[in-house]
Amino acid sequence: MTAVVYVPRDSSAVSLGADAVAEAIRREAAARKLDVKIVRNGSRGMFSHEPMVEVATSGGRMAYGPVAAGDAASLFGSNFLDGREHHLRLGVAEEIPWLKSQTRLTFARAGVTDPVSLDDFIAHGGYRGLKHAIEFGAERTVAEVTKSGLRGRGGAGFPTGIKWKTAADASATPKYVVCNADEGDSGTFSDRMIMEGDPFVLLEGMTIAALAVGATQGYIYLRSEYPHARRALTEAIATAYSTGYLGANILGTGRSFELEIRLGAGAYICGEETAMLESIEGRRGMVRFKPPIPALEGLFGKPTLINNVVSFATVPIIIERGAEFFRSLGAGNSRGTIPFQLAGNAKRPGLIETSMGVTLREIVHDYGGGTASGRPVRAVQVGGPLGAYFTEAMLDVALDFESIAARGGILGHGGIVVFDDTVDMARMARYAMEFCALESCGKCTPCRIGSIRGAEVIDDIVNRRRPRENLEVLRDLCDTMKFGSLCALGGLTPLPVLSALKYFPEDFGLTPRDVEFIGADLTISTSGAASTHAVAQR
Amino acid sequence: MDARNSRNGGAGFDERAIDEIVAGLADKPGALMPVLHAVNKRLGYIPPEAVPAIARALNLSRAEVHGVISFYHDFRTERPGRKVIRVCRAESCQAMGAVALAAHIQARLGIDFGQTSGNGDFTLEPVYCLGNCACSPAIVVGGDLYGRVNPQRFDEILSRVTSSRSSR
Repeated sequence: MTAVVYVPRDSSAVSLGADAVAEAIRREAAARKLDVKIVRNGSRGMFSHEPMVEVATSGGRMAYGPVAAGDAASLFGSNFLDGREHHLRLGVAEEIPWLKSQTRLTFARAGVTDPVSLDDFIAHGGYRGLKHAIEFGAERTVAEVTKSGLRGRGGAGFPTGIKWKTAADASATPKYVVCNADEGDSGTFSDRMIMEGDPFVLLEGMTIAALAVGATQGYIYLRSEYPHARRALTEAIATAYSTGYLGANILGTGRSFELEIRLGAGAYICGEETAMLESIEGRRGMVRFKPPIPALEGLFGKPTLINNVVSFATVPIIIERGAEFFRSLGAGNSRGTIPFQLAGNAKRPGLIETSMGVTLREIVHDYGGGTASGRPVRAVQVGGPLGAYFTEAMLDVALDFESIAARGGILGHGGIVVFDDTVDMARMARYAMEFCALESCGKCTPCRIGSIRGAEVIDDIVNRRRPRENLEVLRDLCDTMKFGSLCALGGLTPLPVLSALKYFPEDFGLTPRDVEFIGADLTISTSGAASTHAVAQR
Repeated sequence: MDARNSRNGGAGFDERAIDEIVAGLADKPGALMPVLHAVNKRLGYIPPEAVPAIARALNLSRAEVHGVISFYHDFRTERPGRKVIRVCRAESCQAMGAVALAAHIQARLGIDFGQTSGNGDFTLEPVYCLGNCACSPAIVVGGDLYGRVNPQRFDEILSRVTSSRSSR
């Protein structure tokens, strides 16, 4: 009988040696004349144990990890093909608490199936959502998405159903569906994991969207930093075309949907939807004024539905299992599950899909196990480079759109980056300004110039050059950037800066009193000028 | 492909390659980005001399083409070294020692970010997130992604890369 061994092709697993592990297992099996089939699955996202090798046994998929190429011989020696004991054995994959405690909906197949096998996809429930959507028709499909309460997983959290309805009601043609796969936030990799680990689910979600809004052409705007995702998507798209899931007359509906990948070129700003449209059209990724909104006048001036990878990938399960099912999970106006991505200095980092409303402490400590370095957690950035920093004492905040917003932060794309007590928060604040300067499209002065000035001013404060005056300049700059920028890059860069200032003033050579002008919700109070006086008196 | 070998003697760039690329992609809506990517991949960079040809073929002004090239970090205007080393400098990697790693790599190669080593072996580039944040710090060497890189692991990778080239 053929033994089936799973070795992830996920790029993070590969970055830790998964290709060499697969090759070592193949060689070892050949040397022992054993009939072994190696499936290159996606990753389940438990990166503390990648490369994680699994073996199909009668009792379930037995996991071993982290496996190095040099472990192959001893794994065979211990009869791992029968799921036997070995010092790397982790137990049945689905039963590992770190995985079992999650609610995997969007990521149900990631790490389980062969990502580029359509048969495997369908055997695990794939394309059921599309079939339901075809039965439902456009109107009911849009209504289900609306009713589910799904909000955009790209960062802005806009209600997905409203976007779909707007694009569906637009009368101009042709219409486009564009997937924003320019996942540029540090600390995030959920889009990448879907595209590498279950690309068909993205195709399914986009096809459902195209049928619902009446679009005939789709684009996936993929960042160039993701070559593995590109390969998996390219293969999946070719298969979908050859089997009638893409192209003309999809599943006999008489409707056609063409899908193409377009590559970004290393510009963070192209994750902003209008800059992305400019880029697809072949221009500099300059942010557009809104209105008009893309749903009415988007790509090439036509109605364009834009969603993030995870948003599209979540649609099939909503259509398949119903809006009520999805709605029943979550907290407040944040419904369903969301894939959090734990990164940075975390002991057990990875992909954690769970209901909205889980606390930051549960993610950082229960899942994450604290820091990788073993030192105390000092700061946690939530929501990418434009997200606020939190202190250890603030970790009980619930991770849903509203609770995070109440603390002045953003949930963003669900990235969570942990720092230990060696972090210099003044340096991180400066970096936020530097990054904004580097990636600004240049359209708005507050973003383009404010960010450069911001880095200079932080240097001045840290170096005790007229700190009182400069703290006031920084305060004004943050205010101007927040209110004077067209998009979130200039508008939200003040968040990491102000949160670093407020919660870690000592790293800037300041006292809590100096930064009293920053409110608990990270807004700047108008009466703050007096408090900066304290700095000058020292 | 080795970028340097694609060079036609001292002529600067392979004009026929550009024409071929443009002809194959010109009909796409918004063809400029795919064209620039294809040129960048084929030659390793986009020679400034190629701009007029691309502009003409796509019915754009040279200024428009130049503007797009200069906007995106991926598009190089100078020929890179045989291996491009990209080091992630974003937050997650910083939390795991990327600043010290970058300093080590710079010292080891004797070049700063944006530079190519004197022997033409390596070009060092910064990158802001490779999506490998759960395995920080991350780098890319010659297109291959590496995670949990520390100075020692970098030296191992470098010697492997160097020896595999000299044995070729």
